[in-house]
Amino acid sequence: MEKFKHLLAPLLSSARDLMPIVVVIAFFQIGVLRQPIPNLGEIALGTLFVMIGLAMFVRGLEMGLFPIGESMAYAFARKGSLSWLLLFAFALGFGTTVAEPALIAVADEAAEVAAVGKMIEDTPEARESYADGLRVTVALSVGFAILVGVLRIIRGWPIHYLIIAGYIGVIIMTGFAPPEIIGIAYDSGGVTTSTITVPLVTALGVGLASSIKGRNPMIDGFGLIAFASLTPMIFVMGYGMVI
Amino acid sequence: MSAGPFTELLYTLLDTVTDVLPIALTIFGFQLLVLRKPIPRLGRVLAGFVYVLVGLAFFLEGLELALFPLGKLMAAQLTDPAFIANVTHHVTAFNWWDYYWVYLFAFAIGFSTTIAEPSLLAVAIKAHQVSAGSIGVMGLRVAVAIGVAIGIALGTFRIVTGTPLHWYIITGYVVVVVQTYFAPRIIIALAYDSGGVTTSTVTVPLVAALGLGLASTVPGRSALLDGFGLIAFASLFPMMTVMAYAQLSEWRARRASQSH
Repeated sequence: MEKFKHLLAPLLSSARDLMPIVVVIAFFQIGVLRQPIPNLGEIALGTLFVMIGLAMFVRGLEMGLFPIGESMAYAFARKGSLSWLLLFAFALGFGTTVAEPALIAVADEAAEVAAVGKMIEDTPEARESYADGLRVTVALSVGFAILVGVLRIIRGWPIHYLIIAGYIGVIIMTGFAPPEIIGIAYDSGGVTTSTITVPLVTALGVGLASSIKGRNPMIDGFGLIAFASLTPMIFVMGYGMVI
Repeated sequence: MSAGPFTELLYTLLDTVTDVLPIALTIFGFQLLVLRKPIPRLGRVLAGFVYVLVGLAFFLEGLELALFPLGKLMAAQLTDPAFIANVTHHVTAFNWWDYYWVYLFAFAIGFSTTIAEPSLLAVAIKAHQVSAGSIGVMGLRVAVAIGVAIGIALGTFRIVTGTPLHWYIITGYVVVVVQTYFAPRIIIALAYDSGGVTTSTVTVPLVAALGLGLASTVPGRSALLDGFGLIAFASLFPMMTVMAYAQLSEWRARRASQSH
């Protein structure tokens, strides 16, 4: 019975998390569009899948992603080698971004915009090389962001200086970038951080801030994601200007 | 759909594994070659990775089955000129107010998908632990969700009116910077982070469908040029609402302590 409760509680809490979506979809479908809900069976099965998936994800976070992120942060802090830590930060940012499906989708859209806007030739090869170049650019920018963010935690720089500098960078680049690329560049900031990167990077930051004397995990530990969603905007606009 | 949902689930699992490979390689490579220390509780950590992978596969496949087809269809129907003409009873020359169902849908779908977003849940759990419970998991998620809701609703308004994206974003930046100086220091980094984590697996596909649907049906807009920007809005506004949430909690705590 105790075991059963243990399994049921996470499922119930993911059911609660899904309730708003179900209510919104049902209200608009039935109340506004006045149409029946199609494929009820498939939707019920899908909702069950989402519930199971969310519950397992949270369990896995606490067992795997959070502990590994933190234990690596402690290990790097004990080892005391800044250059290895920074290399790790860069590799984590680059490696998790370059294969990110959302980024691949955005890069393909950007290539289409560039081809239609006559910035590149409208051939499949030109589009592909444009999209690949863009993807590597964004991945480099995220690697760079995590590196600088980790350096900030170690040195204890206030986060808002970095963010304000980033904002100024975005605004300056907006003035020079081709107008077609601006919308995509702004969106690219939000899509680069995936569901697996976020917990890992958060645990790394919080772990570092708690293992270094004089750092507060709340004030210094968070902020890596914020910077990693800012640099892609600048780099994508830069890419649009150079190509 | 040619294959059954369970076959699709396997494919999704394979995709998720491929996405995770570079991350796993980085972690285990550094662990073995640089740190040269065994991972504490390795078995449990590996089991955790399996849970995350299988969980995400179920999650994504479930979304694909239940939410995305219907959500995308609804986004297309709500932005359809025939639907707008039907609720407004005039056939041409819509003004921005005629799209009110779209704004309401944008607000509601932004709020509800954010509550279900797994990466936001992860950050909220961590913030709850680190702040020793003073930041509530649900409180933070609701604050972020309200931000996303406002952002996406305003983003759809921008697509309808065709005003330039960068003026909204720059104004937003100014508000964020000003708010930074008044918000409690403890919340600032977390508030900045919540901008980036909100837009992920659940929100992006639905919001992209809404933006493209709107930009391709509103007269004078092009899907290619005006369809973007909603994600940028959705990453901007949570920063303001999370800082506002902390300011509000602080103000209430101060008032409570004064009345005693």
